[in-house]
Amino acid sequence: MAELTLKERSVKGHRGPRLLPLDVPAEGLEKLLPRERLRTELPGLPEISEPAAVRHFVNLSVLNHHIDKAIYPLGSCTMKYNPKLNDEMAQLPGLAAIHPFQPEELSQGALAVIAELHEWLKAIMGMPAITTQPAAGAQCELTALLMTRAWHAERGDAREEVIVPDSAHGTNPSTANQVGYRAVTIPSGPDGCVDLAALKTAVSGKTAALMLTNPNTLGIFERQVGEIARIVHEAGALLYLDGANLNALVGLASPGAMGFDFAHINLHKTFSTPHGGGGPGGGVLCARAELEPYLPAPVLEHSGDRWRWSYDRPRSIGRVHSYYGNFGMLVRALCYVKTLGASGLAEVSREAVLNANYLKARLREAYAPSHEGYCMHEFVLSASRQKPRGVRALDIAKRILDFGMHAPTTYFPLIVDEALMIEPTETETKAGLDAFAEALLTIDRESKEDPERVKRAPTETPVRRLDEARAARNLTLTWRDLEAEGDGG
Amino acid sequence: MLERIGARSVDELWGAIPPEFRVQGSLPVDAPLAEYEIARRFAAWAESNADAQHYACFLGAGVYDHFIPAALRALTSRSEYATAYTPYQPEVAQGTLQTIFEYQSMICELTGMEVANASMYDGATACAEAAHLARGATGRKIVLVSQGVHPHYREVVRTYAAAGSFEVGEIPLERGATSIPALERALAPEVAAVLWAQPNFEGIVEDGAALTKAAHAAGAYSVASADPVTLAVLKPPGHEGADIVVGEGQPLGVPMGYGGPLVGFFSIRKSDVRRLPGRLAGVTVDLEGRRGYVLTLQTREQHIRRERATSNICTNQGLMALANAIHMALLGAQGMRDVAVQSAEKAHYLARRAAQVPGVSLLHGDAPYVREFVLRLPGPASDFLRAAEKRRILAGVPLERFDRARSRDLLVAATEKRTREEMDRYVDTLAEWAKRHATKPVEEAAWRS
Repeated sequence: MAELTLKERSVKGHRGPRLLPLDVPAEGLEKLLPRERLRTELPGLPEISEPAAVRHFVNLSVLNHHIDKAIYPLGSCTMKYNPKLNDEMAQLPGLAAIHPFQPEELSQGALAVIAELHEWLKAIMGMPAITTQPAAGAQCELTALLMTRAWHAERGDAREEVIVPDSAHGTNPSTANQVGYRAVTIPSGPDGCVDLAALKTAVSGKTAALMLTNPNTLGIFERQVGEIARIVHEAGALLYLDGANLNALVGLASPGAMGFDFAHINLHKTFSTPHGGGGPGGGVLCARAELEPYLPAPVLEHSGDRWRWSYDRPRSIGRVHSYYGNFGMLVRALCYVKTLGASGLAEVSREAVLNANYLKARLREAYAPSHEGYCMHEFVLSASRQKPRGVRALDIAKRILDFGMHAPTTYFPLIVDEALMIEPTETETKAGLDAFAEALLTIDRESKEDPERVKRAPTETPVRRLDEARAARNLTLTWRDLEAEGDGG
Repeated sequence: MLERIGARSVDELWGAIPPEFRVQGSLPVDAPLAEYEIARRFAAWAESNADAQHYACFLGAGVYDHFIPAALRALTSRSEYATAYTPYQPEVAQGTLQTIFEYQSMICELTGMEVANASMYDGATACAEAAHLARGATGRKIVLVSQGVHPHYREVVRTYAAAGSFEVGEIPLERGATSIPALERALAPEVAAVLWAQPNFEGIVEDGAALTKAAHAAGAYSVASADPVTLAVLKPPGHEGADIVVGEGQPLGVPMGYGGPLVGFFSIRKSDVRRLPGRLAGVTVDLEGRRGYVLTLQTREQHIRRERATSNICTNQGLMALANAIHMALLGAQGMRDVAVQSAEKAHYLARRAAQVPGVSLLHGDAPYVREFVLRLPGPASDFLRAAEKRRILAGVPLERFDRARSRDLLVAATEKRTREEMDRYVDTLAEWAKRHATKPVEEAAWRS
């Protein structure tokens, strides 16, 4: 039986926590506001008691898979454990119940948190300029491409194209388009890395930037990144690092040294802030010194013995967020790096790479790796050997759910047939990795002995496979839609 | 593990990274700290900030100190919600998906629209994305933005417009509300949308019906940026014909958090659903015919459509949208109305009493307001703020922040949490401070006018 909706649970007259009685003389809304500006009836929200509401949301919550339950090996998403201390610090009233427009003199603690995080992240990235105003990775991309536009415009050098490898995340071409560039896709070479010949052909005086993920989405380090940077810079273009895969590099390799002009960080991936079922993220954009004037305003500055926001930024691209970005995520990220320290940060990357290579070694006999050799923090398998048995990557992903584990990223990157993209992260134990490997090996055996078992999966989850085509055909997006069609189920 | 991998050392796994790109030695950052030491340092930072537990907070301007139920905090802290990823495997994400569906439903109930997405980054980017949608839907290039829209939202709209997809014009205010004659003069055939705020940044309740009518007469979209708390008592823009209703969801159960994480809501008519940015949950059935939820119309999104996506947004503000949903569920229609009514009553109590202080006036006279208003002071607002801080009052947002000429204007908000004692203390402080300024004849002339 599916969970009822709040609307279906609504009982007339029921309600949750109440307010104190009004302690000023009541005038009545009709006296305070013109009648024609007032709503004539209450909004159609549910009437529900606090215990009933709590049960509703708790009963729904347990239908979710989550990182505190078991492995969540989504490639390029870095689903690592989110330390509890981080949340506790972010909820301190002095960091949570503070207003973005309270005077800077009364916000010095908040500004110091941001400033110290900036110092850590600049050191990690090997880049001197930083903003934490973007809300997520895709907004970092947008910010950087707007900065690229401004940088070229100042040189009277209008550019039209942004190059992305065919293994790139969808946000890269999408952002390029949103910022008014044409996205030009270049093929990867047989080794899974950028094909330098293809890059040289694609790069021209029209090129504004190349957006590169390193390690790329195959989990392979782009070892030619120095040469790539040279080609891009010679054409007068800028090189952007999509930091989705930064968990392989922190403390061990420096994006600044690789020649990147921009690099973004997803705090919700690499720096352990919770994903929240889809957000919030935490976007950090680092840049080389020459690009600093274009950063979104305001920029944090130190003057005298105080931190202050500087709004006097004539070359800035402007603002990308209502205030200063996802501050609560910055608190968590700072807490995370301070817990690990310099040694711990490097250890994280080493463990992440070790875990990925171990899993790859355990699975390679049953599943075809996209590429041979060591991987970085993630790797891609193909279900090409299972496909002739009638079992596809999607079926394997669904069957994993029956084992109480989460599926890998599927059908991405697009350049691998039947892709299963696996990123275990450093926070899985060897026992956890072994259990996951055993599950995948069992599924491979099933694909030979009882392929139907895999294809009808999942059977042990709160619901079975869902009809996505029906959802798109018969749009039921609110309670009202649901009521209009009698139920929906 | 290394044996299984067939490597001699972990360093061997790193062979692909050329030495010149490696970090030499260790990073120039601190050594690791234990939990209790970290807690000590964060406590020190926290204590050096003025927070709403120790100060009476009359700040608003898009972020408000409303009541957050304890049950909400308990529920949003649950691992099952906080540590889950985007629900791409719906069979093990029904909790997240159903709560998104309920959030979408409740946002539509508030705004009077038909479809809401699963959230945007914040109110500002929701405005920018709405402008982008209207530009695509109408094929027109200009977006007119009322100066009653939050100045920062206007800045973000301009930043997004710099990508070249649309141009921005501004419509001035007249007695605190968007000037309809100025709007009508600016409405040209190339105008894609009119973006306005309800209530607007100066606290004034706009004539939404008139704004929408003017926009529609010129074939433009009417886009409202609405406050979700006051929507419980104000006529929803959707009922007045608006085409897109967006806004900042922070007042619905999200801590002020120094301005983030926030959450933007985004609601439209069904006819525009294929232009919607961001994620969307819908109802379907599973193999056994049971009701279930999935992310739907994903072909609009970047991970499928790539450069042809409706927006580049991927990660949104899911956990904050969940907080909004839980908040609306716990308070219900009556509780939401109570919050809005009490905020309005308190704002009017404070405004009336403050305006009785010699030298102080309500800038926009008798223009209707709900929870927030602008006081014109007999001296610099920044000076009054310092006097109030000494009495543990955060007295408002000085509009000098956004316009240097407005040094005597203070934007003041009152929520249901402000007590009569706090407001009386506010007025006493204001009266004492104003008396000092009233002795200056120049100022006296100013406040008589």
